[in-house]
Amino acid sequence: MATTTLHPPIAQPYRRSALYEWITTTDHKKIGILYFINSFVFFFIGGLLALGVRAELAQPGLQFVNEDLYNQFFTIHASAMLFLFIIPIGAAFGNYVVPLMVGAPDMAFPRINALSFWMLPAAGILMMGGFLAVGGAAAEGWTSYPPLAGPAYSGTGTDLWLMAVTLIGTSSILTAINFLVTIFKMRAPGLTLFRLPIMVWTQIVTSVLTLLATPVLASALIMQFIDRNYGGNYFDPGNGGSVVLWQNVFWFYSHPAVYIMILPFMGIISEVLPVFSRKPLFGYRAFVFATVAIGALGFSVWAHHMFTTGQVFLPFFALFTFLIAVPTGVKMFNWIATLWRGQLVLKTPLLFAIGFLTMFLIGGLNGAFAAAVPVDFAIHDTYYVVAHLHYVLFGGSVFGVMAGIYYWFPKMTGRMLDETVGKIHWLLMFIGFNLAFFPQHQLGLVGMPRRIADYAADAGWGDLNLVSTVGAFLIAASTLPFLWNIFASLRAGEVAGDDPWEGNTLEWATSSPPPPYNFDHLPEIHSTRPVFDLRHGADAGSTH
Amino acid sequence: MTTPELALAPIGEEHSPVATLPHDARGGISNPVLGMLLFIVSEIMFFSGLFAAYFNVRALAIEWPPADIEGFGINPIIVVATGCLVTSSFFAQTAVRAIRRGDRTTFLRAISITLGLGISFLALEFTDWTILYSEGITMGSGVFGTTYFTMTGFHFAHVVGGVVMLSVVLYRGMLGQFSASHHDMVEATDLYWHFVDIVWVVLVITLYLLPGR
Repeated sequence: MATTTLHPPIAQPYRRSALYEWITTTDHKKIGILYFINSFVFFFIGGLLALGVRAELAQPGLQFVNEDLYNQFFTIHASAMLFLFIIPIGAAFGNYVVPLMVGAPDMAFPRINALSFWMLPAAGILMMGGFLAVGGAAAEGWTSYPPLAGPAYSGTGTDLWLMAVTLIGTSSILTAINFLVTIFKMRAPGLTLFRLPIMVWTQIVTSVLTLLATPVLASALIMQFIDRNYGGNYFDPGNGGSVVLWQNVFWFYSHPAVYIMILPFMGIISEVLPVFSRKPLFGYRAFVFATVAIGALGFSVWAHHMFTTGQVFLPFFALFTFLIAVPTGVKMFNWIATLWRGQLVLKTPLLFAIGFLTMFLIGGLNGAFAAAVPVDFAIHDTYYVVAHLHYVLFGGSVFGVMAGIYYWFPKMTGRMLDETVGKIHWLLMFIGFNLAFFPQHQLGLVGMPRRIADYAADAGWGDLNLVSTVGAFLIAASTLPFLWNIFASLRAGEVAGDDPWEGNTLEWATSSPPPPYNFDHLPEIHSTRPVFDLRHGADAGSTH
Repeated sequence: MTTPELALAPIGEEHSPVATLPHDARGGISNPVLGMLLFIVSEIMFFSGLFAAYFNVRALAIEWPPADIEGFGINPIIVVATGCLVTSSFFAQTAVRAIRRGDRTTFLRAISITLGLGISFLALEFTDWTILYSEGITMGSGVFGTTYFTMTGFHFAHVVGGVVMLSVVLYRGMLGQFSASHHDMVEATDLYWHFVDIVWVVLVITLYLLPGR
């Protein structure tokens, strides 16, 4: 080799403000934290809107808002929670954790990563800006069905909503490309695909779903925008269009999207359970194949949202919907078998993970009922559906979010969250959640439709609605200990150290928080648990 | 707990932390080209949505093109425009092959011709729209006009995107920034250009050549 002694130029740190640093950062960890902050801001806005909805429904009669404002509240509540909280916070975990888990210095395209993030606050402002527009925000539900969402019945708020969701979709697509290239091209030496943490596998499948489904949503949104603003006729039956066409293209995205909204959190649970059970994950390969199967089957079930239109082939979509229960069941048994005879460490992340398992199980079971066509005809558009979707999206995804926050917060900040406050948070949220949503099953079965602001006093729905509202406010109260916990920990939390939980995966092999570009050295990787191997010696057990 | 210092392997010999960012550390396809391929996958799904909508409303129609649409059909402008775009794909491929060999002169010539053909396509397509408009076929002419202008319009926008990318490639090429070992952007732009070309061919078949009903 040449023996030139030319030293490479050494980058000198130069002073600039912290604000400038955060706005211009391309570091995946800082962008991840920005994602978290942005997601939680919209979680709280969406939560406040939900409180408005629940307050109005607590008693018969209109007490707080009129029907029009009520419609805006539930529409923007759902849109904010789905598009500005759950989907982005999945990307937040992915951004922070995936490059660390695969041993990469950053994402494959750091600047595109920053672009993806900055589209989200812009989209959020557009969507919320609807409340200031003439005619108010979008008010036709997050599904935006024409003709209700057509030019005749809705105003500027709907246009803003369409722009916002298109922007969020673009952001998701770019993020998905970034994740896939990072995972397939930048893994550390020795980290084969079947040694990847399950969290990374769920991000792969989520990204593929995003890549294939989200552009179809973009085309649907653009068709609706054209109908509304440029005199188009896509969804206008009077001029050759079709309203069911919207439902088809919309649900072609929005059913795979529910897996985009749950898989990252299944990934989090699959990291938390082994660490706090002191066992490897049961059935790693079965888990990977089940994840891929859920993703694939997810594209063949969209019309189960449209059973009552009478324009879909019912047996096909019902059969495939039931089939999805198979890989989901595989995962459920994997998780339970991981816990089985483990040495459980009942810290807050595990509590939230167990909350996920139990609540998601209920959400899965009541969903299977809805997949049966005759049952669906009875419960379509009732509160039963509201109960189902909250059991999977709140009981599943949000419990997963919290498990992930409590698990990785020490890695992100170098400080521990307080266990006692964390357990209070968990208990309040668990009780509040079940109070809020379990009664909605019964409300749906006795016929209460969703998306109504008022109901007759003699309908007999008052008591259960009141219980549900109390539960919603309890959920809101549970965020107070959460916020306090984060504030107190950042101020004077216990120092975490590199590996406070005795973790398995590569992020625990670097400092807390990790330095720029993440690793000075990587451990040799011979299994799915490189940091476990490092701690216990290479011959301590893991075989693949 | 502290991590024991055993079994640690260095990940790079170079001093800058950025130097360890793998360009194509695992061999094979490079990161930007893989990124472009995945982007094209998402674009295919976007156009699939538009095509699905088209075939849906077409299947629902009693007559296609609808009776009130007159004077619509394949015309010389569309034929020439199609010729421009298909030919330009061959020149784009010539450019990529040239830069893979390090032949910058051929590369620049071929890219210039590709760019010229792309701009000609845009001009021809725009002319065709103007004529249709003057004949009264617009976005609001029932669902036929809506689908026609949405699909060709989004394709037009994608060609504009491709022309911008080709211009950047040409500019950077004239500055001498591409070589046999460093031309990911040329490869990526080439892939995108072929994609735009194929979409157009499918569009022509769908909109003009499929027999009406």
